[in-house]
Amino acid sequence: MTRLELQNLNKVYSPQSIPVKNLSLSVEEGEFLTLLGPSGCGKSTILRLIAGLESPTAGQIRIGDREVSKLRAGDRNIAMVFQSYALYPHMTVYENIASGLKLRKMPAREIQQRVTEVSWVLGLEEFLQRKPGQLSGGQRQRVAVGRALVRRPDVFLLDEPLSNLDALLRERVRAELKQLFESQRSPVVYVTHDQTEAMTLSTKVAVLSNGFLQQLDSPQQIYNYPINQFVASFVGSPQMNLIPVVCQGQYALLGTSKIPLPAMTMIPPQVILGIRPEQVRLASEGQPTTVQGQVFLVENLGMHNLLSVRVAGSPGETSAAPIMLRALLPADQPWRESVSLVLPPEAIHWFDGQTGGRLGDGSS
Amino acid sequence: MNNVQSRSLIFKVILTGAIGLIALFCLAPVLWQVLTSLKTGQEILAIPNRYWPQHYTLDNYTVLFTDRPFLRYILNSGFVSLASTGLCLSIGTPAAYALARLRLWGQQFILAGILVVTLFPYVLLFLGLLEILQALKLGNNYLALIVPYTAINLPLTILVMRSFFQQLPQDLEDAAQVDGYSTWQMLTQILLPMTTPALVTTGILAFIFSWNEFIFALTFITQDDLKTIPVAAAQLSGATVFDVPYGPIAAATVLGTFPLVLLVLFFQRQIVQGLTAGAVKG
Amino acid sequence: MISSKPTTQRSFEGWILVIPALLLLALVFAYPIARAFWLSLFTENLGTRLQPVFAGLGNFGRMAGDGRFWQSLQNTGVFTLLSVTLEMLLGTTIALVLNQSFRGRGALRAIVLLPWALPTAVMALAWTWIFNDQYGVLNDVLLRLGLVHSSINWLGEPSLAMLSLVVADVWKTTPFISIILLAGLQSISPDLYEAHAIDGASPWQSFRKITLPLLMPQILIALVFRFAQAFGLFDLVQVMTGGGPGGSTETVSLYIYATIMRYLDFGYGAALVVVTFSLLVTVVSLAARLLRKSANLLLSDE
Repeated sequence: MTRLELQNLNKVYSPQSIPVKNLSLSVEEGEFLTLLGPSGCGKSTILRLIAGLESPTAGQIRIGDREVSKLRAGDRNIAMVFQSYALYPHMTVYENIASGLKLRKMPAREIQQRVTEVSWVLGLEEFLQRKPGQLSGGQRQRVAVGRALVRRPDVFLLDEPLSNLDALLRERVRAELKQLFESQRSPVVYVTHDQTEAMTLSTKVAVLSNGFLQQLDSPQQIYNYPINQFVASFVGSPQMNLIPVVCQGQYALLGTSKIPLPAMTMIPPQVILGIRPEQVRLASEGQPTTVQGQVFLVENLGMHNLLSVRVAGSPGETSAAPIMLRALLPADQPWRESVSLVLPPEAIHWFDGQTGGRLGDGSS
Repeated sequence: MNNVQSRSLIFKVILTGAIGLIALFCLAPVLWQVLTSLKTGQEILAIPNRYWPQHYTLDNYTVLFTDRPFLRYILNSGFVSLASTGLCLSIGTPAAYALARLRLWGQQFILAGILVVTLFPYVLLFLGLLEILQALKLGNNYLALIVPYTAINLPLTILVMRSFFQQLPQDLEDAAQVDGYSTWQMLTQILLPMTTPALVTTGILAFIFSWNEFIFALTFITQDDLKTIPVAAAQLSGATVFDVPYGPIAAATVLGTFPLVLLVLFFQRQIVQGLTAGAVKG
Repeated sequence: MISSKPTTQRSFEGWILVIPALLLLALVFAYPIARAFWLSLFTENLGTRLQPVFAGLGNFGRMAGDGRFWQSLQNTGVFTLLSVTLEMLLGTTIALVLNQSFRGRGALRAIVLLPWALPTAVMALAWTWIFNDQYGVLNDVLLRLGLVHSSINWLGEPSLAMLSLVVADVWKTTPFISIILLAGLQSISPDLYEAHAIDGASPWQSFRKITLPLLMPQILIALVFRFAQAFGLFDLVQVMTGGGPGGSTETVSLYIYATIMRYLDFGYGAALVVVTFSLLVTVVSLAARLLRKSANLLLSDE
């Protein structure tokens, strides 16, 4: 059984690499882990540490029961797909796919058999004798994936493999990748800054910021119960509304409405209310907890309209930075300039304004 | 005609004139040698000069091959230049790669040293080298030229190849490492095929410098049949000071420059690229 | 750029790749210079039957009173100053012309490159022929144009011989400068000129305010290279004048060569090498100080 485990992995900052700070996680057989974060968060460094392209300052990397952090990249039995595909330009597609096997002194017949199999799965049979320069972007990407698959490695590493494809192709290839990796058992580590990829492909997502692991959970958990303000703001599109609120007893004041705070022993000095735009609704007549406001910007997203609403009755209403709430409404739902909005209590997230940590429900 | 038009017309006239003058300046000495080499002795010494020969003759060339071993000189130059170019590329390329990618301790000093060394006039080196050659009994041996020529071309080779290696995508080398290539395999199987254009560029420059070198060839080789063409041409003389063989000298200069003229015509782009990469990027 | 892992393993392999080149460079460049420093402390000539006899700084003392040495140093200085100045001016002009777009630009570039690529010693023969006092084409052209009334003995008069050398050297090495400067010119964005022209600048003002400052790194690099080459010039002088007439064109390198190869005065020759080397290093490091800003920029790993 193969299993990838990182224990207290550290990489100090150098001009060449973004730091990684005390990272521990494991990826089990059959799992698909995505490292998600903005650029500069350390996700690529982690991938390169696993691959052996950089060496950790401290900590261990275990694949199965082997400690590999001292091994050379070529000896770790991992395969990697690069953002630029990194195909050898002077070799044919066949040679590109076969190169790793040849170096491992595999008998020619077995190489032939494996390459044929992989190229059939990826639909590359016709291109085997071409050079990478004669292929389209999508085909190159498949060759890069083929070069990894054919190795049957203990761990797959993918570094933003879709980012060089155009938007249309990206969706199709994303679906293909999902199928491809679901049909095999080796752990997969996938790096991206695109949350849609993270959500659709993974069984587990690790959200990173500044070299620290923020949250490691299933995509659903991360979406529904972001563990802190950073995760809440990074995951989900359009971005979650995050509004600093004033508290009064067990209530938070948002405009003229009072919203009950979750149960907690001590209310921190600054509280942030979070709610995803898609969960903000228009109030029907006579609903109790509503927030009044003026629509000042509408963005048409096709299926939806994204309304930006200036909340009425808030202290900053007339100042330069009024409190603002965004609501995502179905395109066919009518609205008026002056709206009442409902914030369903179960959809509200609370965060500590100073630490950014999640407050209340204790759900995570 | 308005002001702008007349100004651009003046500009065009000046530009055309400048182009003509530059071409004339660069070509005239070479062309004059070609014309001289095709004249008979009588026409060469005609006063006033006869610019175009009335009787074309190849006698000046035949003399070089019958009375003198000029074929041998050309082959000597060719062999020494090719051998040192090949040696230089095979030693310089790995070093360039290491300096481009494998962060070595103190590599800034190595690079600075390599840069400084390109400034040394060869006249400062020949005494020490002469001693080594005498100690090793390598005087009048092709190696006496091949080894120094390899060395004098190393700095440029390293600087140019290094700048080419730095332009290659790093991902490719990472992919090769993950695939299991050792550093040496990666260099020979992945990077080398991709740097062929750079090798051609550097090789041409090294060949030109080796072919043209004078002071080492003059000092280290005294045996006539081992001489290279610049030395052999410079040492052409007649029986007396009053009997200078102008025609054969002209023919010898044409022979000695001909391979280089071909190189410039076919590879000017690469030469320019190499010169700028070596001098500016280094 | 993210670079590969700096493990001792990779660094060890790196040294293996670098060491052959470094050894060869040490053998051909560093050893002879070091050896010259050592030898310069000895007298080793026909007087000592070619055996080294320790002489301390005697060779340097002798040099101070050696008129021929000072003369050769002066000749070298004059030659370097004249040729490098002319080459910079002409080289800049040619680079500016090559930077224009016109038909046959590639051909002109090849033509300009030609003198640089040809063997100096061989082309020195061609120039000797052109400057020939009796049959030379230069005299012929000047006579036909009526600019002179009798043939000039170009290589036979001290100052004319120097001038002839400068002309031949300018012909030979201006291309190098043009190519370096052209690369610099081509890296200047045309937007800058357009913006400046819209601001109302004349071409001359653009040249002064944009071209020259942005071209400075290339100009300095070309200057340093050319200075070192001109300072050590050997083959052109050796073939064209042999240092004559009467030592008026003898450069330091010619004097070093004669001291060692003709007079077999190895100790003194080594001392001459040491002094020339030190002079060169001093001037170049002064120039390098000027260069440092741009060099840092260029030496960094992009």
